[in-house]
Amino acid sequence: MPVAITLTVNGETLTRLVEPRETLADFLRRDLELTGTHTGCEMGVCGACLVMLDGLPAHACLMFAVQADGTRVETVEGLTGSAALADLQRAFHERNALQCGFCTPGMLISAEGLLARKAMPSREEIRDALSGNYCRCTGYEAIVDAIETVARRRAAGEAALPFAEEPA
Amino acid sequence: MPALALRLQAPERLIDIAHIPDLRGIDLRDGWLRLGALTRHAEAHDHPLIAAHAPLLALAAPHVAHPAIRNRGTLGGSVALADPASEFPAMMLAMGAEMEIAGLQGTRRVPADEFFQDLYQTALEPGELLVALHVPAAGPQHRCAFDEIARRRGDYALVGCGVMLTAPAREVESARIAFFSVGPTPIRALAAEAALTGRRLDGEAIRLAQAALSQDLDPPDDEQVPAAMRLHLARVLIGRLLGRIAEGP
Ligand SMILES: Cc1cc2nc3c(=O)[nH]c(=O)nc-3n(C[C@H](O)[C@H](O)[C@H](O)COP(=O)(O)OP(=O)(O)OC[C@H]3O[C@@H](n4cnc5c(N)ncnc54)[C@H](O)[C@@H]3O)c2cc1C
Ligand code: FES
Ligand code: FES
Repeated sequence: MPVAITLTVNGETLTRLVEPRETLADFLRRDLELTGTHTGCEMGVCGACLVMLDGLPAHACLMFAVQADGTRVETVEGLTGSAALADLQRAFHERNALQCGFCTPGMLISAEGLLARKAMPSREEIRDALSGNYCRCTGYEAIVDAIETVARRRAAGEAALPFAEEPA
Repeated sequence: MPALALRLQAPERLIDIAHIPDLRGIDLRDGWLRLGALTRHAEAHDHPLIAAHAPLLALAAPHVAHPAIRNRGTLGGSVALADPASEFPAMMLAMGAEMEIAGLQGTRRVPADEFFQDLYQTALEPGELLVALHVPAAGPQHRCAFDEIARRRGDYALVGCGVMLTAPAREVESARIAFFSVGPTPIRALAAEAALTGRRLDGEAIRLAQAALSQDLDPPDDEQVPAAMRLHLARVLIGRLLGRIAEGP
């Protein structure tokens, strides 16, 4: 039997009926059509489904949507819209820290979670923070570089330039 | 939750306990640290009372899964699940913690030594809820160390261990040592503990404790590593941990 939940997704408060068996990831992707939250393993291993839940990274595949009742969820779409990730996105782009891009939303959320906890992490700490994010393309080196760059830029007080696709 | 996602389990009813206030909170009272069952792994990482009085949990937390899992996973969930490769259940054993369990008949407290019974099998009966974990508060007379050997950071360990020594001076007054990933439950190394008790923690004592492990552990052969290698790794690990304590501040 569907259950009514009320939550805030990307700044917008909404009430929806959900099946108790539906995961938060499926709810975001199917019901709200926010397909930036990816599903890979659906068992907490690959990190493609990470979202910000009440400000902290959490796996959307490891929660039922009903458990998100009353919470504040931000997906990669919302964090892009608010430009919260703009400098990370720019640095990923500059450093070619993505190829197919499947892992990227989760990488950005993990990176943002790390930088919120620790402004200037070491490369070791960056790698540790990404230990639950699988990337099948890049070999991680460029991702670590990009996050390190953003930490340095933020510490230097460089305002994030809005990220836009560069003209070809 | 992964078991549900993979359809390994299909319960008819699933109860969300996340909003029960009695299962929350971290307080220090009468020499015991009470950790509500819903205490998150991330709090074990960061909470000052845990760092001061249950340092083994703080040392173990960075090794449990990944940051995002630690934001959601609870101590009660980890202990109730009793995965033999899990860090926190073994630390409950090493610290001599007691589990507060509530059921229709009222509440009871079960020592960690009796709580972990077999593979994924605990003293929890159907219908019972783990309410809190009570840890004897560690003080300056305690020395502890934790580490694990895993293939990659965040993976379940091949062997892991927590050591808690009561050693107000040079001599070890008493010891509690618990291993994980070496059998169906977290396992106390009673012979190694006895080998250390009443001795100065020097190279000889450490060698005796390492030798005693063959009486304590009987790890299974599995597809990851043969039993003999697991026992060897356990010896290496306890040597490192006791060495770390002996050198300590
Ligand atoms: C990718 C991944 C990697 C992981 N790596 C590690 C690791 O390296 N080390 C490690 O130790 N753990 C690891 N875990 C496990 C994780 O840390 C959690 O401990 C575990 O998933 C339990 O989560 P939970 O607290 O949400 O409990 P749940 O998943 O909600 O519950 C687990 C079980 O305990 C029962 N339960 C929960 N709370 C109570 C209670 N208060 N009373 C009675 N029964 C209860 C539930 O009914 C269920 O059967 C990993 C998990 C994932 C997904
Ligand atoms: S889909 Fe959630 S971690 Fe892989
Ligand atoms: S860019 Fe393809 S998985 Fe990471």
